[in-house]
Amino acid sequence: MIVKNKTYRWPFIAMLIMLVISFTINIGLGSVSIPFDELLNSLFGNSVGNESWDYIIWNYRIPKAFTAILVGSGLSLSGLLMQTLFRNPLAGPFVLGISSGASLGAALLIMGSTAISGLLTFEFVNDVSLAIAASLGSFMVLLVVVIVATRVKDTMALLIIGLMFGSITAAIVSVLSYFTNAEKLQRYIYWSFGSIGNLTWPQLLLLSVLVLVGVLLSVLSIKSLNALLLGENYARSLGIDLKKSRYIIIIATGLLAGGITAFAGPIAFIGLAVPHLTRQLFNAMDHKILLPAVMIYGAVLMLLCDTLAQLPTSAHVLPINAITSIIGAPVVIWLLVRKRKMIF
Amino acid sequence: MDSKEQHITLKTENLSIGYTSKNSEILVAKNIDLNAQLGELVAIIGINGIGKSTLLRTLAQVQPKLAGTIKIGETDLNNMKSFDLASEISVVLTEPIASKNLTVIELVALGRQPYTNWLGTLSEQDLAKVKEGITQMELGSLQHKKCHELSDGQLQRAMIARALAQDTPVILLDEPTTHLDLYHKVRILKLLKHIAKETDKIIIFTTHEIEMAIRLCDEILLLDGHTNPFGKPNELIEKKAFERIFPSDTITFDPDTGSFRI
Repeated sequence: MIVKNKTYRWPFIAMLIMLVISFTINIGLGSVSIPFDELLNSLFGNSVGNESWDYIIWNYRIPKAFTAILVGSGLSLSGLLMQTLFRNPLAGPFVLGISSGASLGAALLIMGSTAISGLLTFEFVNDVSLAIAASLGSFMVLLVVVIVATRVKDTMALLIIGLMFGSITAAIVSVLSYFTNAEKLQRYIYWSFGSIGNLTWPQLLLLSVLVLVGVLLSVLSIKSLNALLLGENYARSLGIDLKKSRYIIIIATGLLAGGITAFAGPIAFIGLAVPHLTRQLFNAMDHKILLPAVMIYGAVLMLLCDTLAQLPTSAHVLPINAITSIIGAPVVIWLLVRKRKMIF
Repeated sequence: MDSKEQHITLKTENLSIGYTSKNSEILVAKNIDLNAQLGELVAIIGINGIGKSTLLRTLAQVQPKLAGTIKIGETDLNNMKSFDLASEISVVLTEPIASKNLTVIELVALGRQPYTNWLGTLSEQDLAKVKEGITQMELGSLQHKKCHELSDGQLQRAMIARALAQDTPVILLDEPTTHLDLYHKVRILKLLKHIAKETDKIIIFTTHEIEMAIRLCDEILLLDGHTNPFGKPNELIEKKAFERIFPSDTITFDPDTGSFRI
């Protein structure tokens, strides 16, 4: 579909430079101030003046920065997939209730085990089970959204369904919080703030695998995604196996949005806003261009949001979900006002 | 792609079209027998709601048929995978495309999808076909415009260009002349006739321009809800088929001029 002789090399180079800069800023700033030359020393394996700086960088800041990259690029990609699949510019993991589904899964696992403790006596609330529960929750919502989307052609209906899932989740969470103990409630609430700072290297590896599979499935779907820009009937007339490609795209979305929400908690607006911001910058519709572009853009934005959330030089950390909302919501409003209607 | 198998026909036998819901069938039209040969421009005409679009969408496999057969050559369309079908039939439907953010040339280039690799990379030949479609539809000056910047008529031509770029033996067009002015209506129908003849294609379209269809088409399928006559325009005139389309107290057909009188 790239028919112009225009190449997208320069925007890509610019964005990769941005990625390196925001990565460096992200690991350079934090509650403990580390001199820049010592940071570089630590990164390149040279000896560092202060032993604890080396420890902070390698066991705290770098895993966090990698998580930010995975979360930002994965959520943005899942937003792009959803916007094309549902042909709806307002689609995104948060708006369609996918994140609510993940929250529901997490809430049921963290707090539900006490609510039905007579039946289940296990205490399996660890990272893996949390990831599975959240992914199952998001897949469930995604499935409902897909079923509704095939019956109701109205795009507004989809968004309302997403909203309803948010309400259902909130309701179930408040019911569960009556029956659970304070410790577990606190654990759920912390999870729901969203955090990318608590991942250990093994957890990071698991998240990388999930995101990688999601990205691979998306890459395989590039051609179908482009055809879907015309609508389902035209896509089929171009020889796309609709059923198969729809399943692949949905699984990719579920893995990305579900997996990321499981590890990092619900993170709003990245999935919705980044594809639009990328289309502004690249002025392309071909998913061959958009897919990598959206991922780099999302990673950069997430690194910067996380840097803000750290409140550099202070010991406080703001919930990342709040930061992305504060930045993301105005961006969506600005896009709506400036372009009057969001087209995708 | 040069899939010019000799004597390809698009043929329907006892075709019934309509919609199926959970446990009932809504029949729109039945007894449709159409037989189009390579090189022919075929019009499907009839009054509103008689099933022109339903028939076209059924031929395009956008919706399932209720009964009967549709064959390309000797192959039943039911037995074809959508991937193989994509190099046999291209369509222009009345529904809008999902993303109006595509440029004209990107839109036309999507027509090459059945022939591109898994990433959709366009070869020299693909680009040549895309350029050809754009030139044929006189879209050269508009090719880098976004679809939402086009008028309805321009977008219609871009959609036809996309179908031409798909380069299939059968092209199905649902009301391709709706948004066009008189000049472009005549021009595009003449061009379609020319393309059908020169490149050996079957081009079938639905239209309300009955008089234009009588003058320009090789064959006409008249959906009247009963016998659905199919044949050359003058054969249908002789059979007095056109007299029955509209109630005779409002509009009458003049067989000598091939036109309607109000």
